[in-house]
Amino acid sequence: MRNRRFRWWEYLLCVLVLTGVLLLCICVGSVNVPLTDTLSALRSLLPGGAGTGRYAAIILSVRLPRVLCVALVGAALSLSGAAMQGLLRNPLADGSTLGVSSGASLGAALAILLGISLPGFPLGGTAVMAMVFAMLSLLLLLSLAWAMDRSLATHTIILIGVIFSMFVSSLLSLLITFSGEKLRTITFWTMGSMASSGYPQAALLLGALVVFGGAMLGQTRALNAFALGEDQALHLGVSVRRVKLTVMVSVSCLIGVCVSIGGCIGFVGLATPHILRMLVGPNHARLLPASLFGGAVFLLLCDLLARTAFAPLELPIGVVTSIIGAFVFVGVFFRQRKAGGGA
Amino acid sequence: MMLRAEHVSVGLGGKRIVEDVSFTVREGEWLMLVGPNGAGKSTLLGAVSRALPFTGEVELCGRPLRSLSGSELARRMGVLCQHATSTYAFTVEEVVSMGRYAHQRGLLGRSDPEGAARVEEALAAVGLAEKRHQSVLTLSGGERQRAFLGQVLCQQPAVLLLDEPANHLDLVYQKQLFELVDAWRRKPGRAVVSVVHDLSLARRWGTHALLLHQGRSEGFGTVREVLTRDAMARVWQMDVAGWMLETLEGWREV
Repeated sequence: MRNRRFRWWEYLLCVLVLTGVLLLCICVGSVNVPLTDTLSALRSLLPGGAGTGRYAAIILSVRLPRVLCVALVGAALSLSGAAMQGLLRNPLADGSTLGVSSGASLGAALAILLGISLPGFPLGGTAVMAMVFAMLSLLLLLSLAWAMDRSLATHTIILIGVIFSMFVSSLLSLLITFSGEKLRTITFWTMGSMASSGYPQAALLLGALVVFGGAMLGQTRALNAFALGEDQALHLGVSVRRVKLTVMVSVSCLIGVCVSIGGCIGFVGLATPHILRMLVGPNHARLLPASLFGGAVFLLLCDLLARTAFAPLELPIGVVTSIIGAFVFVGVFFRQRKAGGGA
Repeated sequence: MMLRAEHVSVGLGGKRIVEDVSFTVREGEWLMLVGPNGAGKSTLLGAVSRALPFTGEVELCGRPLRSLSGSELARRMGVLCQHATSTYAFTVEEVVSMGRYAHQRGLLGRSDPEGAARVEEALAAVGLAEKRHQSVLTLSGGERQRAFLGQVLCQQPAVLLLDEPANHLDLVYQKQLFELVDAWRRKPGRAVVSVVHDLSLARRWGTHALLLHQGRSEGFGTVREVLTRDAMARVWQMDVAGWMLETLEGWREV
């Protein structure tokens, strides 16, 4: 069968593009570092390597951890979006449109305010609270949608998502207003920021991506069946409940970790899978791996734009993703309307 | 015995939709579930396909329906719905291949030695081999329904359940679809159960019929035994056969 899975050269192409963009993002910034200096600084990370140079400090302690975090957040958000769009057979589903990210923000902010932390894991408290709240948000959203409209039509879910998202955001604003200095600025939670990323954050993101991303990548065939409808999936022999639980828990956990580190970065999970679906088709065996790479590249480029467009002023990264994402959202919505499909 | 349902009842939202219905389907038979709107035909089909919870006993190929795992069920029973469609632009071949889900084994379902051959067979059977790379969203209604029939055939089921499969199709596609299903059921080890609204179609293609009225069985047997003038008059409260003949009268002059 033609084009059922990603082939080796397609993986190679993705890796090459990602590496290129990673290097570009490490080189370019408030200070532009020549590629040769970047490479010699990176060489010091290899065993036995003794990379030095004028820019070693800036690259190894500022640029590299940030770029890694951005790539991992992009990959995680985009993969989550693609999986959720398959599960809910809704091309507009995404952590930000459904209010899952806002829910996660509320959880993370509460953890910081109440001083909840895991001993030995400085990032653990906020991450776990963000995961739990992301999951609760998704559950609440889907039960509300289910109670209103059993068919889980696209517009019902999106409408409830928007209302839910606004409600949670206002709760968050309330918390921030009364919290004094304890919480980061409101823009961190509404527009996201990758400014405080370091190696521990990157390690946490990588771990989460391996575990939960791996769980989602194992469900590609089931997600294809889900895209035809839940009943159809059942008749094809899919363990509907198990798959739903696996995907929903994985999506919530990934979004939770991303939000606790980078705040709410909207529309990445909407825009990237949508663009990629036009390139590689809707088959999840191809779409999910493509989203992993595509999400990383997309967010890296958005971050580059956020850092350099009005340098030395840095835009919140979510501003860039939301501007692009809003256009994609409107485009998808119009196309669906024209096709006459609501669900 | 391919399918046996005994004392099946289905309740939805506190309301009994199907009450104490029994029937059997043997090899080679095509059972038509008929009755007025709201009689419980689709609900009964939903119970038999395990999409809806029910009380009573259903046996599929000699095994209790409840004891089968999801994939065991999918390898024995295929279901074609009225409005099968896709949100995304899967190709015809991708949609048909999804029928292999329950047969695939191993890591990420990579092992299915018969898969490719079965997909080819199904594509050929529904006459869509040449449109295999076309998106199902760009097919006509009839072709799309055939693509989904291809998916069901790919499951290699013993029993095929159809819920108003040709309801919104024009006459040409309706005829094609029924001919395809009829050819399929004549091979050994196969049987069909379908919900149809149109009594002429039930009479033309069915071997057996189950007449439902307000959730209860009003008769089960061969099509001739069940669809009698009296029984139909009782259920529809009108002379159904007379009306049909009257409707067709005009065609004599064509």
